[in-house]
Amino acid sequence: MAEQSIISPENLVYKKTDVMTDRELHYCPGCGHGTAHRVLAEAIEELGIQSETIGVAPVGCSVLAYYYLNVDMQEAAHGRAPAVATGIKRVLPEKYVFTYQGDGDLAAIGTSETIHACNRGENILIVFVNNGIYGMTGGQMAPTTLPGMKSSTCPMGRDVKTMGNPLKITELVAQLPGTHYVTRQSVHTPGNVRKAKRAIRKALEYQKEDKGTCLVEIVSNCPSGWKMNAVDSNKWMEENMLPFYPLGDIKVPGKGLVNGGKDGG
Amino acid sequence: MKKEIRLMKGNEAMAEAAILAGVDAYFGYPITPQSEIIEYLMSANTAERTGMQVLQAESEIASINMVYGAAGCGKRALTSSSSPGISLKMEGISYLAGAELPCVIVNVVRAGPGLATIQPSQSDYFQAVKGGGHGDYKLIVLAPSTVQESVDFIRLSFDLAFKYRNPVMILTDGIIGQMMEKVELFEQHPRLSEPPTWATRGKKPGEKSTVVTSLHLESEDMEQVNLRLQAKYREIEKKEVRFESYRCEDAEVLFVAFGSSARIARKAMDLARMKGIRAGLLRPITLFPFPVEEIRRLAGQVSGMLTVEMNAGQMVEDVRLAVNGRVPVEHFGRFGGMIPGPEEILDALETRLEEWHQKQPA
Repeated sequence: MAEQSIISPENLVYKKTDVMTDRELHYCPGCGHGTAHRVLAEAIEELGIQSETIGVAPVGCSVLAYYYLNVDMQEAAHGRAPAVATGIKRVLPEKYVFTYQGDGDLAAIGTSETIHACNRGENILIVFVNNGIYGMTGGQMAPTTLPGMKSSTCPMGRDVKTMGNPLKITELVAQLPGTHYVTRQSVHTPGNVRKAKRAIRKALEYQKEDKGTCLVEIVSNCPSGWKMNAVDSNKWMEENMLPFYPLGDIKVPGKGLVNGGKDGG
Repeated sequence: MKKEIRLMKGNEAMAEAAILAGVDAYFGYPITPQSEIIEYLMSANTAERTGMQVLQAESEIASINMVYGAAGCGKRALTSSSSPGISLKMEGISYLAGAELPCVIVNVVRAGPGLATIQPSQSDYFQAVKGGGHGDYKLIVLAPSTVQESVDFIRLSFDLAFKYRNPVMILTDGIIGQMMEKVELFEQHPRLSEPPTWATRGKKPGEKSTVVTSLHLESEDMEQVNLRLQAKYREIEKKEVRFESYRCEDAEVLFVAFGSSARIARKAMDLARMKGIRAGLLRPITLFPFPVEEIRRLAGQVSGMLTVEMNAGQMVEDVRLAVNGRVPVEHFGRFGGMIPGPEEILDALETRLEEWHQKQPA
């Protein structure tokens, strides 16, 4: 009885946004994708642009992002989301267009599409979830896998001599004149969730002004791929990922590159 | 009203036809022998004329995926390339077929394999007609043999693409793309204003969101999608076969040739007629759907068929399937960018005729 009286509309302090569907997420327990979806969805809701937004889903863990994001969406081939988004934006310039991509999709197979969309200054938002591993295919090395970090295709740890260095693509695209706002965020603490949402919201607002490409990187965890529980994975992320991928704005409208664009400010 | 007649290069005529057909967007990447298409569009002030968007992409891969994005919004999207570039587009073409998006792809074929040469060829027949990318799918394939048809097929292609929600390929070659001919242009058609219901356009409040995808993880679902696609292809086979016959009524031997080869084969047919050989020519206009019934019918009339192709023998396989062993079907081809002359085609026919006569029971 007591419980029934507590759960009443007037007592609600948080409501799931309508921009998320009711479908149960397929993501692993503790994975950051669900929260990343939510901050994107809430930003869309707050701006009241649900009916004017078209998203592009990638190939990777978030291939089914359109199950959860309640906006019109297109599913792109692996790495091609920025090109698909370009096609959408060019024929429907008044719509808000975003891509949602992982590190393999955006920074390996789709490097060309990413760099050229940013270089053209396509007026789109790229949400880039970087967890340093290929989650969906079972934990293989990603372009953003840290030096020495283990994966199923670098079981002894990433050897940069033979496997190359992790690609800081966010810093890279920040150098291009076509990008307007480039930032690196995370969603592993309540404070970071709020900051990430603010960043996405800002990026969508800039789209109205037709200023160029906005890229919001979200450094995230992959408990299954990293073979850790959710709590440990967030701790590992803080201790290992964040020193290499520091959080903060990398390129800010009106100010340009922060800290010379070397990393987050 | 008297229609405008102009002398135009094949590639430029197709570009102008795209503007006149009310195409919403073109995405391409330069490659010989078709770069005139994007060059023409870039200088035609399309933004002012119709609002058509034209973009030079960073690659063939990007351009076909831009087509996917625009087509997914229910817009008329066009791309063009030549053989090596079409190979790059094949990933995207498979996705377009899987997501059932209408679009038009022009392939101004050059010889292969590999980088090969920029000279004309028909060696992409298999790639165009049998799929090309991964998975069980079909493109509707139109093969113009004149600049006029190149123009007319731009419009026809978009009509078919939207009628069936299927990618359409115009399979032409460097001869027709590069040569100049008289052409009658059609009047300006409006661009699409109302998006189809399957298109992403921004979800209206209270509506379900629209998703454009080729992903169906459950095998049971994916089989149903495949069955639906196959049913569509059977319908296309039933309704959209196009071909042209020259002097087939009394023919005792038959040339089968498409595109530029058909022009040369027609000349060879005339030469044969002058020598008293009753030759006819069947020119498939749609390569998919293939004119199976007509070829089957003619197999009951002629003593043999000779395909003339600028390749090592590709369409000949489809002719043989249609004929199903009832009469001999042979292939004559030049390839690597070499163009056959009518005399050598006639020679090939005469050699075959001797063989066919020897094989016949006394």
